[in-house]
Amino acid sequence: MKRARLVALFAGLLLTQATLAIDTTVLPDEKLQQRYEALTHEFRCMQCQNNTIADSPVGLASDLRRDVAEMLVAGKTDDEIRAYMVQRYGNVILFTPPFKGSAIWVWLTPLAALVGGIVVAIVIVRRRGRLVEADPTEEPP
Amino acid sequence: MNRFIVPVIVFLALAGILYVGVVRSPDKSTMVSALLGKPAPAFELPVLGGDPAQTFSSARLAGHPWVLNVWGTWCAACRDEHPVLLEVAKQNRLPIVGLDWRDEDDAAKQWLTQLGNPYGVVVVDREGRTAIDFGVYGAPETFFIDADGRVQYRHVGAMTHEVWEREFLGRVPHGVTP
Repeated sequence: MKRARLVALFAGLLLTQATLAIDTTVLPDEKLQQRYEALTHEFRCMQCQNNTIADSPVGLASDLRRDVAEMLVAGKTDDEIRAYMVQRYGNVILFTPPFKGSAIWVWLTPLAALVGGIVVAIVIVRRRGRLVEADPTEEPP
Repeated sequence: MNRFIVPVIVFLALAGILYVGVVRSPDKSTMVSALLGKPAPAFELPVLGGDPAQTFSSARLAGHPWVLNVWGTWCAACRDEHPVLLEVAKQNRLPIVGLDWRDEDDAAKQWLTQLGNPYGVVVVDREGRTAIDFGVYGAPETFFIDADGRVQYRHVGAMTHEVWEREFLGRVPHGVTP
């Protein structure tokens, strides 16, 4: 009984979230709508930098959402829309930095650290293995 | 002792990278325009206070350096910089075009009547399209466009006399008059 009430409470909370959604844009066809939602979650709101334009209430974000919707309806590709944003605001508007130019280090540095860590771990494990083999105090079998 | 050298070097390298990252991270107030060195976006917009059919085209500014100031009556820092704009406009060194961004015409007209008008012309960007073309993300923002029509500088935040002297007048070639 108690649990049912909790479920109802959380369902209610989810409902408020939906009705208070910032973006209520509806595009004429389902595919465009999906691309619209994906794209608006890719672009940074430049005024409130940790939000995407999809979940920012500021005027500039709604203007940028309008531009995305208009370009989709006009038949632009996703890459053309990304280029439109980057041309005006620079790479910083993309939440996922491109795999080229100076932004490439954002991708390569963690990868290099991971590979380096694995190499170091292998070296240490091997060295210890050799030390154990060479240990003269080891009891005979 | 020897076994500590490599970890210490790795640590220092990582600390160095993170330090540079933190120090150079894009600060909201210093973000560099993506348009620097590129042609300023063209616009043709209604003139504030003009009759509804009257528009102003940025093509009319070609051949001379000019300044675009993005403002709105909803913007508090615009009120702060307004006296500076009025003073530098009196020097008559650079034409200042006002871009009234996402604003109400009546409020904008009242603002200019009350506070004074530093602009050669004010164009109305009610839908914010020209502001987006310029990569504007907050007001006030002020752009310097050279005689070739290229964006050479953007100042984010309230204009000051120092910034005007250094970054705006400092970019005007000698002997150029408006």
